[in-house]
Amino acid sequence: MATSPYDVAVVGAGPAGLAAAAAALAGGARVALIDAGRQPGGQYWRHRPGDLGAVADLHHDLGAFRRLVAGAAGAVRHFGQHVWTVSGSAADGFTVHAVAGDAETEVPARRLVLAPGAYDRQVPFRGWDLPGVHTAGGAQALLKGHEVLVGRRVVVGGTGPFLLPVAAGLAARGARVAGVYEANRPAGWIRHAGAVLPVAAKLTEGAGYAAALARHRVPFHTRQAIVAAHGGDAVEAVTVARLDHDWRIVAGSERVVECDAVAVGWGFTPQLELPLALGCATRVDADGSLVVEVDERQTTSVPGVHVAGEACGVGGAALAVAEGSIAGVAAAGVTSAPASLRRRRRALRRFAAAMHAVHPVRAGWQSWLADDTLVCRCEEVSAGEVRTALDELGATDVRTAKLLSRAGMGWCQGRVCGYATACLTASCTGTAPDLRGVSERPIAAPISLGTLAGDPGHIGQQ
Amino acid sequence: MPADVLVIGAGVVGAATAWYAARSGHSVTVVDRGPVAGGTTGAGEGNILVSDKPPGAELDLALLSSGLWRDLAVEVGGFEFDPKGGLVVAATPPGYEALVSLASSQSGAGVETVVVPAGELAEHEPHLTPSLAGGVLYPGDAQVQPMLAAARLLRAARARGATVRTGVEVTGFLRSGDRVVGVRTSAGDLPAGAVVNAAGTWGGDIASLAGVDVPVLPRRGFILVTEPLPRLVRHKVFAAEYVANVASDDADLQTSPVVEGTESGTILIGASRERVGYDRTLSVRVLRALAAQAVALFPVLADVKVIRTYRGFRPYCPDHLPVIGPDPRAPGLFHACGHEGAGIGLAAATGRLIAQLLGEEPPSLDLAPFRPERFGPVVAP
Ligand SMILES: Cc1cc2nc3c(=O)[nH]c(=O)nc-3n(C[C@H](O)[C@H](O)[C@H](O)COP(=O)(O)OP(=O)(O)OC[C@H]3O[C@@H](n4cnc5c(N)ncnc54)[C@H](O)[C@@H]3O)c2cc1C
Repeated sequence: MATSPYDVAVVGAGPAGLAAAAAALAGGARVALIDAGRQPGGQYWRHRPGDLGAVADLHHDLGAFRRLVAGAAGAVRHFGQHVWTVSGSAADGFTVHAVAGDAETEVPARRLVLAPGAYDRQVPFRGWDLPGVHTAGGAQALLKGHEVLVGRRVVVGGTGPFLLPVAAGLAARGARVAGVYEANRPAGWIRHAGAVLPVAAKLTEGAGYAAALARHRVPFHTRQAIVAAHGGDAVEAVTVARLDHDWRIVAGSERVVECDAVAVGWGFTPQLELPLALGCATRVDADGSLVVEVDERQTTSVPGVHVAGEACGVGGAALAVAEGSIAGVAAAGVTSAPASLRRRRRALRRFAAAMHAVHPVRAGWQSWLADDTLVCRCEEVSAGEVRTALDELGATDVRTAKLLSRAGMGWCQGRVCGYATACLTASCTGTAPDLRGVSERPIAAPISLGTLAGDPGHIGQQ
Repeated sequence: MPADVLVIGAGVVGAATAWYAARSGHSVTVVDRGPVAGGTTGAGEGNILVSDKPPGAELDLALLSSGLWRDLAVEVGGFEFDPKGGLVVAATPPGYEALVSLASSQSGAGVETVVVPAGELAEHEPHLTPSLAGGVLYPGDAQVQPMLAAARLLRAARARGATVRTGVEVTGFLRSGDRVVGVRTSAGDLPAGAVVNAAGTWGGDIASLAGVDVPVLPRRGFILVTEPLPRLVRHKVFAAEYVANVASDDADLQTSPVVEGTESGTILIGASRERVGYDRTLSVRVLRALAAQAVALFPVLADVKVIRTYRGFRPYCPDHLPVIGPDPRAPGLFHACGHEGAGIGLAAATGRLIAQLLGEEPPSLDLAPFRPERFGPVVAP
């Protein structure tokens, strides 16, 4: 009953997915492109439908974006579709199962390119559940997608190069950025100059943000962090503090900074639900993230399944485009991607590794937590309750800690608190954080029982 | 010093065994190759049912167990014991008649039953489909959070001197002549006065390490979990005859609707039964069947979102009864495994009975129907 399968289904229409679709089309494949958003661009090139011009100044490489959209124009688009699972195999064919409202779509395909991207990695701190405390990516999305400022007086904190464009964007649109608190001392990347120089554009990008921050008189602090947020109904101030090498608070260094919004990010967590549902092998990357293992052709351990972009290693849009192109070429069955593309990928990966090396997340953040600090906001599970599961109830792994404490069992299914729960568990058991135990979500997006029941009128075979 | 009792398996059955044995004054060591409650106990629901069993040995075990769980909720506690009752419904008049006659035989065996005619179903479950022929309420059905139950029982056992060693795999047995005098493990030899096989679905593998046959096999089941909601479903509600109505065309897959609210607000939806070995692949087909049946029972659920699914492997024996008792073929070895889809419910009684045997007390129940050697001498490959 299914119509004939596509040669390639690409999940995700961000930089990696667009590039994959364009490359697969160029290789002669019939391509379906599926994304939860209503338009292409993903997180990076996010904009209001049909209104890229309004936020053009906040974007980078719009030329590349327009080129990729044009290149992917021949793909059959399934936008506004949330993929809830993928099933099948190279031998039997794959099916992408997606929902939009009450309607389910099944997209059959011979090969898959999964480019699901990443979201902000979070660590809990006192008061992080107050209204007005945002993720850095969330603040950026509001700005790019809706031209909305999270506040008038904003404090930005966490670690990683992404804090810079977020702060610069907020300042450019008129927010007073009271400070950027970078928990590491990233000037250290100079030591990695060998990795950085081949991708000089990346340097200019960073220098551009630094200049923008200087222009707006935004103070940039290193080895300091937002360690608590305060307020009644919403955030009114944060405590910032200096950190030692392990990220413990330097006694007496705490200061209160007034603000009406906070944006924090600690790097990114790749979205692995779909590759894990298919059984793709994973590894732990230099930034501590669990990522999908891929070969030269971006092929995973599962035949017929390619992964590109953040899901196989966080590294930014340019790397995602290079990987997407290589994955698209491979999925289309073209023998091999051009050597220049592979060289570019290698250079960008080295740059990403250099960035990861100077932006680690150190375990000392756990010492900022009070016993009643919430770790899981959905189920309101405190750090003390997670520790009870570990110390008293005998949990020795993160899955058990989760099931005994309910951390990560609510609406977000551990997307927000999974990293923190894994780290708390690891500290207690003296092991490395087990992210696999908090990354598997066989239902990748909520689906109503009525839709799942598959009332035949509901399912469209595409 | 060797323990009096070494329990293999830190699931709910091993935990209950450890608790009762420690309470009777035995020194107990529990070993598990995984974490606490990491086997089927961490992958099921936590119903303690008397409603789903016809009169017979399993019902007697269930009745004993449900009383013990009530005591444990007070003595140990902390595992969300909820005596919410079960409601079994029938879609057709003949189905209803069969249900009422089952209920009357169950009540003869000591089960509390309340016949609920169609017109009164809504008083008990306001959101049930109106198109049912009637039902029976079982006030004795209850629920626990199974992982917490196992973890709390183990903690209580530890407080009585028991030792729990996770990440330790049993690889063989120590023998003295025929007698089992301990186990070989990945962490060395552990001598013990007696060994209890509470390895659930893997109980057959443990038995074969001792050179005896106990045929336990996996039967896969999926559960759907909804978003947390204000309580829509009050009891555990299930419809036995839906098996025939809505079951799939595939003989290897059986599904029947089992719907229940939990303390945390999520609704759990089961139950599927498949013999597919230990295949962990998500089956979209099974999930659809479960969703369709749940919506048929509770139309209001059509708009409710599923946020999670998980699967587990029930330990089943060919005659669908658990294996409980000493193994005459390997003196010193006791079995407490193979509880299929009722291991949470039956754990308390199982642990208690094993502790009685270890203490050489007369058991509260005749254990003949559960004896390990009942499957005959043929050793399956
Ligand atoms: C979907 C589903 C729904 C269910 N719903 C219910 C319900 O509502 N009510 C109910 O009563 N029951 C229910 N069950 C059944 C119930 O979960 C099981 O019967 C019960 O958990 C079995 O407990 P156990 O302790 O025997 O086994 P397990 O919990 O599996 O424990 C056995 C332990 O033995 C360990 N082990 C195995 N081999 C070794 C070795 N060589 N060395 C060391 N350790 C070893 C394992 O790691 C494991 O932890 C359900 C099951 C499923 C799958």
